[in-house]
Amino acid sequence: MAQYTFSGGIHPYDGKELSKDKPIRDVLPKGDLVYPVSQHIGAPAKPIVQVGDKVKAGQMIAEAGGFVSANIYATVSGTVKAIAKHRVPVGDMVDSIIVENDGLYEEVEYTPAKPLEEQSKEEIIAAVKEAGIVGMGGAGFPTHVKLSPKDPNAIDYVIANCAECEPYLTSDYRRMMENPELLIGGMKCVLKLFDNAKGIIAIEDNKPDAIELLSRLTKDEPRIEVYALQMKYPQGSERHIIYACTKRAINSKMLPADAGCIVNNCDTLVAIHEAVTKHVPLMYRIVTVTGDAIKDPRNFKVRCGTNYKELIEEAGGFVAEPEAVISGGPMMGFSLFDLDVPVTKTSSALLCMKEDIVSRVQESACINCGRCVDACPEKLIPSQLATYAEHEDYEEFNRLYGVECIECGSCTYVCPAKRQLAQAIKSMKKLAIGKARAEAAAAKAKAEAASAGKGGDA
Amino acid sequence: MAEENKNMLNVSSNPHVRDSITTQKIMVYVIIALLPATAFGIWHFGAYTIAVILTTVISSVIFEYLYEKLMKLPITISDGSAALTGLLLALNLPPRIELWVCVIGSFVAIVVVKQLFGGLGQNFMNPALGARCFLLIAYAGKMTNFAYDSFTGPTLLAQLKEHANVNTFNMVIGNEMGTIGEVSVIAIVIGACFLILMGVIDLRIPASYIISFTLFIILFGGQGMNAYYVTAHLAGGGLMLGAFFMATDYVTSPITTKGKIIFGVFCGIMTGVFRVFASGAEGVSYAIILGNLLVPLIERWAPLRHFGYVDPKKGGGKA
Repeated sequence: MAQYTFSGGIHPYDGKELSKDKPIRDVLPKGDLVYPVSQHIGAPAKPIVQVGDKVKAGQMIAEAGGFVSANIYATVSGTVKAIAKHRVPVGDMVDSIIVENDGLYEEVEYTPAKPLEEQSKEEIIAAVKEAGIVGMGGAGFPTHVKLSPKDPNAIDYVIANCAECEPYLTSDYRRMMENPELLIGGMKCVLKLFDNAKGIIAIEDNKPDAIELLSRLTKDEPRIEVYALQMKYPQGSERHIIYACTKRAINSKMLPADAGCIVNNCDTLVAIHEAVTKHVPLMYRIVTVTGDAIKDPRNFKVRCGTNYKELIEEAGGFVAEPEAVISGGPMMGFSLFDLDVPVTKTSSALLCMKEDIVSRVQESACINCGRCVDACPEKLIPSQLATYAEHEDYEEFNRLYGVECIECGSCTYVCPAKRQLAQAIKSMKKLAIGKARAEAAAAKAKAEAASAGKGGDA
Repeated sequence: MAEENKNMLNVSSNPHVRDSITTQKIMVYVIIALLPATAFGIWHFGAYTIAVILTTVISSVIFEYLYEKLMKLPITISDGSAALTGLLLALNLPPRIELWVCVIGSFVAIVVVKQLFGGLGQNFMNPALGARCFLLIAYAGKMTNFAYDSFTGPTLLAQLKEHANVNTFNMVIGNEMGTIGEVSVIAIVIGACFLILMGVIDLRIPASYIISFTLFIILFGGQGMNAYYVTAHLAGGGLMLGAFFMATDYVTSPITTKGKIIFGVFCGIMTGVFRVFASGAEGVSYAIILGNLLVPLIERWAPLRHFGYVDPKKGGGKA
């Protein structure tokens, strides 16, 4: 069998045994629900409710603020209590709609959808857009934008990203085991948009039962195939899952569509299925609450907007005071300094660790061992990039292609000198991209001024 | 504000987990990997070598401590790098070298080659080899006198150069004259296997070094595909110690795969040039030091191809 993988990457302790066999349990929120208007990449959504308005679950409360943006829906019934800044998992204060839960969980009636076979491509994309679906793997890119490439006929593969390479996370795994038909249904919805595409459900080989189950369920589907990917972090990275499945490599300036691919996360495909076949908006997501500080690690089906504190209570609370709590997985998640934050569309996990290893390690001099180079899935030289980043040396940083970094953190993980490589490169990458944009804009303005000047002379 | 901070959780940038490997562990692994060659050297050359080894190791650590103390730098002797440099230096010295020469060697290695250029990670040549080459020039007679007990005369490698028949079996097991750590190929390879298993080194540098050296000897050694002659060259002198333990020094070798292979091939060819065309019989130390000096250039030359690199001339993605 061909080996589906990429070069580089790491094998951290995966911690999935804590929660992988715990079935998904519904969580009913008790307290207020908080809906930040920015839960996605792109323009913030615009609130369309006022303080004091009554809302029901499934009712739109904020509408997309542009093409690259997403609608936001209430997930419980209640009253809009405030529209104010609230802390979000990444640490920022973001304008949020705060709904006081009336405990009735009344839901709106959804307009019935036509069977998938009778729906046009435009109707499918419109339903996805209406439902406010964004990439639920973590990036939060609006899905309807992804589904609208320039040339739909040039798409050869639709890839379901079910790698779940982040340690500790089991939310996608539980989805696959408990609702495989919804995942396959979502895949069919997307395949309907791309006539020439083959569907690939890509799963890391540390989940043999999920591979077996989905292979069995798709054996009569001529357009869908299940690929077993070699287990390795960051296999779930969009660029690297495309490479593993198709051997096509894209860089930071390209989109998956440039390689003839559309990639969607497992939970996103489930949301697409619900939106297209039932017109149900994105309201729920699966969240793994885990870590050695949690009494009863579990997977929950959570209404977006639920406070993280409630999830910790649902998981039996802490067995010990955690030193670090992370929204997401240990490799790419955000550490929280305050637990009073809501579950958003992109919250995949809540990881509570008794011991914060990072605070105990001591940084020392780079010995040029090259472990970061061997681990880098982008084939960069993280140790040198980090040094140039610390010196703010744009020229050298760009010469070594610093902007190609995917911020996976593999370099920092393997570094024996415990340098904060990814952090340095990430910060510099933002500056470098900003600088390049500013320079491009200045050059453009100059060119325009020059051509306008010429026009004036004539 | 202070009250508020107390309830806050620890925050840091991702990732939030770390591999258990540390610089200190790497140094300890390399020291362990050198023990077979060290033990063989002591057994083969006698108890005096223990004094040589202890002198270089202890004086290296003391020089590092004193320099850092004097310059008000953080004391880093616990990372094990100074002790490792001391051990490597001892393994590159003749078995009957005077102890004061050892102390001078340690001084050159730690203070001149390593600390004056910024300490761990900043030296541009392998400290132990730098010190060895300094001593070779400063005390040529002492450094090339490999006599011990009743054994005197030229080394097997020097005899090979004079077209004498040498016993390659003795060269492989280490029953010959040479520096303390270089004589036994078997002991060195056992240590190298341990390092490879522990993930400290890999074969990119040693293999490109040894293969290019072998090809050079076949092409220019004057004996063609003479297996006996090639084996004698591979097993003789410091080639194995150099290829597995000196050329693979992290700080003074390139970081990328392409760079490592260019570096290995360069060292292999230069070793061949020194052994075949120069007046002396040996050239591993000089070859590796020359390679060390070229590392910044190699890293500039070796083209970097990131994931998804698009050749500006051709277009189209490529891994």
